[in-house]
Amino acid sequence: MRRLLVWASLLLALTPAWAGQAQPLAEDPALEARLMKLAKELRCLVCQNESLADSRADLAVDLRREIREMMRQGKSDAEIVRYLTDRYGAFVLYRPPVTPATWLLWFGPFLLAAGAVAGFVYFLLRRRRSLPDAPLSPDEQARVQALLGNDPPPTQNHRP
Amino acid sequence: MARFLVPLLVFAVLVAFLWAGLSRDPREVPSPLVGKPAPAFTLPQLQAPDKTFSPADMRGQVWLLNVWASWCVSCREEHPVLVEFARQGKVPLIGLNYKDQRQDALAWLARFGNPYRLSVSDPEGRVGIDYGVYGVPETYVIDRQGVIRMKHIGPVTPEVLSGKIQPLLAELSR
Repeated sequence: MRRLLVWASLLLALTPAWAGQAQPLAEDPALEARLMKLAKELRCLVCQNESLADSRADLAVDLRREIREMMRQGKSDAEIVRYLTDRYGAFVLYRPPVTPATWLLWFGPFLLAAGAVAGFVYFLLRRRRSLPDAPLSPDEQARVQALLGNDPPPTQNHRP
Repeated sequence: MARFLVPLLVFAVLVAFLWAGLSRDPREVPSPLVGKPAPAFTLPQLQAPDKTFSPADMRGQVWLLNVWASWCVSCREEHPVLVEFARQGKVPLIGLNYKDQRQDALAWLARFGNPYRLSVSDPEGRVGIDYGVYGVPETYVIDRQGVIRMKHIGPVTPEVLSGKIQPLLAELSR
């Protein structure tokens, strides 16, 4: 009896091993990989800080379904991206095309950096100009020597 | 003087940008469909599934397409505005019942009133994607030639209706 119980509990302990087998998510892993790669470049419109690959929003699921279907039909990535931008605009692209409307977006950071460098150079030049270039008077020269611990130059030549 | 003026100027520019940024709705995505022909579709009608509707049926009329669903909370918010608008009967209002269950949609209309001349069912949301729908409710103004003239995202408020939609409808109906 006891032995039977042990065997039964052992068997029970085994069950998760076969119950937990996860079903593969897609029939076609290659297509799914291609989908995920493309969807990472696309923005989910509902939760705008998530990519289409990561989002669990309803619309993202639907759009992934549409993209999957188009991929099965043999459409190229460019065609799929066009399909989406025709409907949702360049907004869906994490890397929007360079158009007059996105110039500031693309080149703004460089503009800011150039402005910062120009400002810094201007600041340095102005500072150099504002520093007095006048030589010290003999009195000041003597004070400098005294502070440095040297004897006044003309009177003695004796140095350690 | 300039040493105070320059930072002040930079600050003023920053404030202007941030101010403009605050007054804009970041959820509003400009639609590429405005100014383009309304995408064609043929879908079964919600109340009479054996009959279909297609935007081509509305050629020659100015009309509104409103995307709604019974699960959509903001739709409930805009619903009284639409009911009131429909009562005036100036322009036909067509509903696109988006990703909804037929029974739920019918019950919703029975409960809150039906401002639509008719609604069509888009259970898969495919037509919604063609119209660039990403947040229900959305409302499209379509002109006599079948061109989308305006898209409003989010609930139609009395302000939006009287300030944006009505003037455009008046202009298009002239």
